[in-house]
Amino acid sequence: MGKTIVEKIFESHLVDKPYEGINILKLDRVFCHEITTPIAINDLVLKGKDRVFDPDKIKAVIDHVSPAKDSKTALQGKIIREWAKRHGIKDFFDIGQNGVCHALFPEKGFVIPGHTIIMGDSHTCTHGAFGAFAAGVGTTDLEVGILKGVCAFKDPLTIKIELSGNFAQGVFAKDAILHIIRKLTVNGATNRVIEFTGNAVDNMSMDERMTICNMAVEAGATSGICSPDMTTVDYLWEFIKHDYESKKKALEEFSKFMPDHDAEYDEILVFDVSEIEPLVTQGYKPDNVIEISKIQETKVDQVYIGSCTNGRIEDLRIAAKILENKHIADGVRAIVSPATPKIFNQALEEGLIKIFMDSGFCVTNPTCGACLGMSNGVLAEGEVAASTTNRNFFGRMGKGGMVHLMSPASAAATALTGKITNSDLFNN
Amino acid sequence: MKEFKGKVLFLDRSDINTDEIIPAKYLTENTKEALKPYLMEDLNLEGFNTDNDIDENSIIITRANFGCGSSREHAPWALEVNGYNAVIAQSFARIFQQNMFNCGMAAIELPHKTIDYIFDKYNSKATNIEIDIKNCVIFIESKTKKEKIEFEISRFEQELIFSGGWVEYADNNY
Repeated sequence: MGKTIVEKIFESHLVDKPYEGINILKLDRVFCHEITTPIAINDLVLKGKDRVFDPDKIKAVIDHVSPAKDSKTALQGKIIREWAKRHGIKDFFDIGQNGVCHALFPEKGFVIPGHTIIMGDSHTCTHGAFGAFAAGVGTTDLEVGILKGVCAFKDPLTIKIELSGNFAQGVFAKDAILHIIRKLTVNGATNRVIEFTGNAVDNMSMDERMTICNMAVEAGATSGICSPDMTTVDYLWEFIKHDYESKKKALEEFSKFMPDHDAEYDEILVFDVSEIEPLVTQGYKPDNVIEISKIQETKVDQVYIGSCTNGRIEDLRIAAKILENKHIADGVRAIVSPATPKIFNQALEEGLIKIFMDSGFCVTNPTCGACLGMSNGVLAEGEVAASTTNRNFFGRMGKGGMVHLMSPASAAATALTGKITNSDLFNN
Repeated sequence: MKEFKGKVLFLDRSDINTDEIIPAKYLTENTKEALKPYLMEDLNLEGFNTDNDIDENSIIITRANFGCGSSREHAPWALEVNGYNAVIAQSFARIFQQNMFNCGMAAIELPHKTIDYIFDKYNSKATNIEIDIKNCVIFIESKTKKEKIEFEISRFEQELIFSGGWVEYADNNY
């Protein structure tokens, strides 16, 4: 019987099977940020276990609240900064070099097909876009990852989701994943991995693949995962060119982590993306998804473009194209947070930042606190946001606020009208 | 090992997420104790009152997909510092459930029908529960009714509860 991607990764990283159905995996990467890591560090210090399994495999960043907004967040930064220094963790990204973890770490070449990755962050599933097994964990799992370089996972069941067809105008990877979450529901993929496949995925850039893998957890999935291909190799080439004599050789190596044709799936779902319209969430659950055309009159107070879901360069290009030579509606506040310094720089060089500013957007440094109501764009009670983020939970972007999730194109169009808007309105 | 007995808090809703259990703005706290006043501050459940409903209880019974959303272990910690060591539900989100066992706490699943039955027979009454982790039995009792309910839990999860958590277990074994 053939194997899925995740079965192959589990097999190649298995350290122990202490009990039936439990796999202790060796980790290639432990990613850390300043919100969930400091308590793990404090606990390790308290237990007399202030060690790290391998400083080169641990990557750390300050991203949720940057710059620090108060004494408590300053202390979180201080704890992770000092810890990185004392353990020789050289890939620690402090203010000036920092960005949203799930955009920054791939951009640095830290995610390679076949890797096992954990982080104290539920959107760690983003990195599955590279053919890696990447899972969000809590602080205790993170602590053990830091200390021993292992993590326990149940036997991996996989849902194969095949995306066929071509996207219609104004429809993007974000709409595809919202559509999938609507079909699966918020716990339809719990304790399972979603393997994304099909020609629509083959045609996606790495940015787009990261967007769909990012929200796999919104359907409960342990990880989203895409098979590595030449798009993956092209993206990674600058980091791996000394390891392989050609891109073809690299792809040959990564093909170890492609799924077998006779792999066994727990479930197989097929969607034709050409049938998907621009989508938006309503209410407080990310599976509560409807066509934008059905709630077009909904007024918004704030538009947010950014986050680990949609703060990458392609997202900014799409939004800027819609905003060019136009101004946001009166009474709307609009914020864009390029996800990393590299993306910010690219956006500067391409003139996107000027377009955002001329249209009335506030451009922030790379950070992601707005998504979860921590910093840089918290809603007041009763306010409504159109957001390219990933969760519309009750109170998510601020107590008593309402969040409508959508694509960067729809968010930009919404900023221009002040009401939830299909970007088609602005296509010539 | 922690103690798994006490009065039941019934939360009659599915998909209660970790933002509702502990809002993100409190993730800047650096101790578990500091989370205590904020447990379920943003819970979207009619009739639920944080001032009255949290203090006297110590076991939660709820519906499907409890703990979905963020990976924050602050959710089990906020429960723990308020005296809740166990949640019984129809199902859990993966990370939340693992976090509970990793902390030596219990996140126990019961079939849909059993959860329906418990809500039907006990929700409106003062109810006490005692959980026997070793023998996988829940003793549930109200003024008028008393019964035993069996549950399933993996040996690994039992071991995590017995050993007091995953850090000690892993450091000894790997």
